Amino acid sequence: MPEKHLSTQFDSELSAVSTRVMELGGLVESQIRNAIYALSQFSAEVANQVTEAESRVNAMEVEIDRELSSIIGRRQPTARDLRLLIAISKTTANLERVGDEAEKIARMVRSIINSGAPRSLPSLELRVASDLASGLLRKALDAFARLDTTAAVAILKEDDLIDKEFDGFVRKLVTYMMEDPRMISPSLDLLFLAKSIERIGDHAKNIAEFIIYVVKGEDVRHTPMEQIESVVK
Amino acid sequence: MNIATPIKEHSKISVKDLNFYYGKFHALKGINLEIPEKKVTAFIGPSGCGKSTLLRVFNRMFELYPEQRAEGQIVLDGEDLLTSKKDVALLRAKVGMVFQKPTPFPMSIYDNIAFGVKLFENLNATDMEERVEWALRKAALWNEVKDKLSQSGSGLSGGQQQRLCIARGIAIKPEVLLLDEPCSALDPISTAKIEELITELKTDYTVVIVTHNMQQAARCSDYTAYMYLGDLMEFGSTEQMFFKPSRKETEDYITGRFG
Repeated sequence: MPEKHLSTQFDSELSAVSTRVMELGGLVESQIRNAIYALSQFSAEVANQVTEAESRVNAMEVEIDRELSSIIGRRQPTARDLRLLIAISKTTANLERVGDEAEKIARMVRSIINSGAPRSLPSLELRVASDLASGLLRKALDAFARLDTTAAVAILKEDDLIDKEFDGFVRKLVTYMMEDPRMISPSLDLLFLAKSIERIGDHAKNIAEFIIYVVKGEDVRHTPMEQIESVVK
Repeated sequence: MNIATPIKEHSKISVKDLNFYYGKFHALKGINLEIPEKKVTAFIGPSGCGKSTLLRVFNRMFELYPEQRAEGQIVLDGEDLLTSKKDVALLRAKVGMVFQKPTPFPMSIYDNIAFGVKLFENLNATDMEERVEWALRKAALWNEVKDKLSQSGSGLSGGQQQRLCIARGIAIKPEVLLLDEPCSALDPISTAKIEELITELKTDYTVVIVTHNMQQAARCSDYTAYMYLGDLMEFGSTEQMFFKPSRKETEDYITGRFG
């Protein structure tokens, strides 16, 4: 928000809550990084760290929601301010779910470790996908901080790529499983992991949609790309 | 300068190229506007923007002051109010007005209502009683005053006095009701009652309200006009004006970034 309100207190409340969302975003990003590291190294220790930090993610979500209700109750925001606060609320919920996905990956890593010798999962593709997804989340948060709608559109397009990657990966897994029934169990693990990563991309995409909502006042969820582009133009 | 979103409502009042002067001061600058029938239209804007002036032009209140003049047209049901040769009292019977401060007449509650009616209609005692009760009920005041109709109107609380003035305004069955800051001297409960009343009144009347309280405009109007320095900056549905105004100036004002 470039211009100042008459009430500087209102400005500082808005900037405080925006900063908190960025902090939550940073925490969630590191959760994904650690979860993927735990997966590639089969590190139960790192996986445990992810699970432990999950409660901090949850606590931050609750705290941000409390701040939001307080601002809405006392300031009765309108127009752009109102849209920003709604978008922050939704972004927070999406970030918390990304945190859940990271925790899910950590849990799966532990169960793979516990099921015996860690199988040599062909996890390279997963790492590529997860880099894509966490990179996308980072871009979404950067774009949110700058309220950059052009970057938001680029993120929406990139998420389509991740979805396509995911579909391709699933087809590949199906082929593995058909060729060798012993591959079914590890392939299912991979499938769940890939699904978690794909969901992270979806959350990044949701956040990008909220950016357009704040700046343009148009709800572009479930909207064809051409229409979104014409809104942003 | 004007951005008026086309409104798909039947228009009750058409304002066309309206200019208004206080002596040499140009207070309203080429206003064009359609006020929809049986809806609540709110005017917001900082002090001195011309919103109360516009309201006063709607029932030619300004004619009481010789140095004030209006140019342009205000068409009510096909007739230009500014050039109409009709008695101005008849116009004001059609376009009622309620002011910022409650202005009960120094007479009984009953007579406060009956006084205006007697000027325009010749009702027998029973019909007049019915009319008074009807107006007081409509203004959500009946239950509070039905046992003391003969007492003085100025003995009522501020909120009750304001509802009495609204009752007085609607007793002569106007078509348009102009409210100039009707709640600015009232406590929140009286304000809530008047806002409730405004919502009910629009089933029968076209209501135009001027308010400094933006939340009040947001709560009880269907359409909102933002004025600034005598210009109509933006006019549109209240939902649009408070959620996604088209002009940056409007957004700055309603989000408190003004000045």
